[in-house]
Amino acid sequence: MELTEYRKPIPKPTPETRDFWEGCKRGELRLQRCTVCGHVFFPPRGHCPKCAARSVESFTASGRAKLYSYIINHRPAPGFEQEAPYAIAVVQLEEGPRMMTNIVGCPQTPEALQLDMPLEVTFEPITDEISLPKFRPVDAR
Amino acid sequence: MKRKSVAIVGAAETTELGVIPHMSQIQLHADAALNALADCGLTPKDIDGLACAGASPVEVAWYLGITPTWVDGTAVGGCSFMMHVRHAAAAINEGLCSTVLITHGESGRSGIGRARFGFAPQSLQGQFEAPYGPFGPPTLFTLPVLRYMKEYGLTEEQLAMVAVVQREWASMNPRAMFRDPITVEDVLNSRMIAYPIRLLECCLVTDGGGALVLVSAERAKDFPTKPVYILGTGESVESPMISQMEDFTTSKAFRVSGKKAFEEAGITHDDVDHLMIYDAFAHLPIFGLEDLGFVGRGEAGAFIAEGNTRPGGKLPLNTNGGGLSYTHTGMYGMFALQESVRQLRGTAPAQVPNCRISVCHGVGGMFAASATIILTNEEP
Ligand SMILES: [Zn+2]
Repeated sequence: MELTEYRKPIPKPTPETRDFWEGCKRGELRLQRCTVCGHVFFPPRGHCPKCAARSVESFTASGRAKLYSYIINHRPAPGFEQEAPYAIAVVQLEEGPRMMTNIVGCPQTPEALQLDMPLEVTFEPITDEISLPKFRPVDAR
Repeated sequence: MKRKSVAIVGAAETTELGVIPHMSQIQLHADAALNALADCGLTPKDIDGLACAGASPVEVAWYLGITPTWVDGTAVGGCSFMMHVRHAAAAINEGLCSTVLITHGESGRSGIGRARFGFAPQSLQGQFEAPYGPFGPPTLFTLPVLRYMKEYGLTEEQLAMVAVVQREWASMNPRAMFRDPITVEDVLNSRMIAYPIRLLECCLVTDGGGALVLVSAERAKDFPTKPVYILGTGESVESPMISQMEDFTTSKAFRVSGKKAFEEAGITHDDVDHLMIYDAFAHLPIFGLEDLGFVGRGEAGAFIAEGNTRPGGKLPLNTNGGGLSYTHTGMYGMFALQESVRQLRGTAPAQVPNCRISVCHGVGGMFAASATIILTNEEP
């Protein structure tokens, strides 16, 4: 695929999210942890959403997750016409936070997509700066 | 707020409803406002408080010729109007204004004079949801459904029954967009939109609007209409992104808002004669019934399928036909409020006998916000 032909929405990092997106570019899923109360959270921000401490650190997550919920979209968003129907999923990361993603490396069907199935992160480069974290079944390597 | 201290004296929808390509969004605000003012014998000059969503209160005030001493532009989606009612009651009680107009107008279907929906690439949604291909509410609001089904055993047939029962109510309402009866098979055979949600489990997309006029309870008796008093109110918000909702089987905003409203009203669930739960999709009444405490966790699907909310049932729900069958402009909350007022005035097309207390519960965004208004026709 030509990267220049990518027609889907492209994230634009902010100062608070740059570390996350730079991590994705390197193939690392970066999360944040509060150094005061230990709470792990996502999306990134400059303080802990649990205790409001401004002392937070980033770390590389395991990349392991479970399928929390999903829909299979039959009305593709602009740029997604070739994929429909495709699953839009929310995964539960091993470290606690949840994130929206797509499930790759398996059929986009209710039979193939079982809730709580184990997943692992994989990164899809879409521009020179941005790689999107997506998830695939653990046994689909 | 103080129970029954404020009343709704004017209430009306736009003259037309459904497909109105000859009117812009701001004109729909005005059409609804002028109808609600005529309903209670007022003109824009009598209004000193203004609240609206979908347009700036500056725009609506100027368009109608109103010079307010209080404005509220709370815009958190479809339940904004329930919040406006709550805020207006507080403002009237505090003496910030005396006569409040709340307006809604939306060219949801025709898109005349309406801003485009979309997320900036630097916004949280633009970075962490949009890249994965959601296409409006049908692909986001529906994300919790499979998790709820797995946790509680809700079946696709039970979910379909929500749409079937609401069509029964709509069949009695001449202004409802869809009135022909449907079956569970019709729902399950309708086009798949976002598995497991089918077309007939999604709300309509229409043009229209509505408006309300509120005054203190002392002044309410001077108006030609039957006053509808505000008994209890609640509001809350949770997350701007559905992916960050705390629990996909229950809405925190629903629970907080509903509990506050029932506490303020000083009533129990058995006191409720009539219920409106904003139904953008078929699972919303299920979440609402449980999070408001009408039934236990995981019980709402069976409760609806058993007929408790249908015409003649013990808890009449979404008696105008709801967003699924009556109308849904985009921010439907105003229409839920209008139906609660009609039921308490005794003027609803599908009138609930001896209706004294109505609970009107709204959602904003994709479970992002919520507000609850409890209304009564019993005098202070
Ligand atoms: Zn903390």
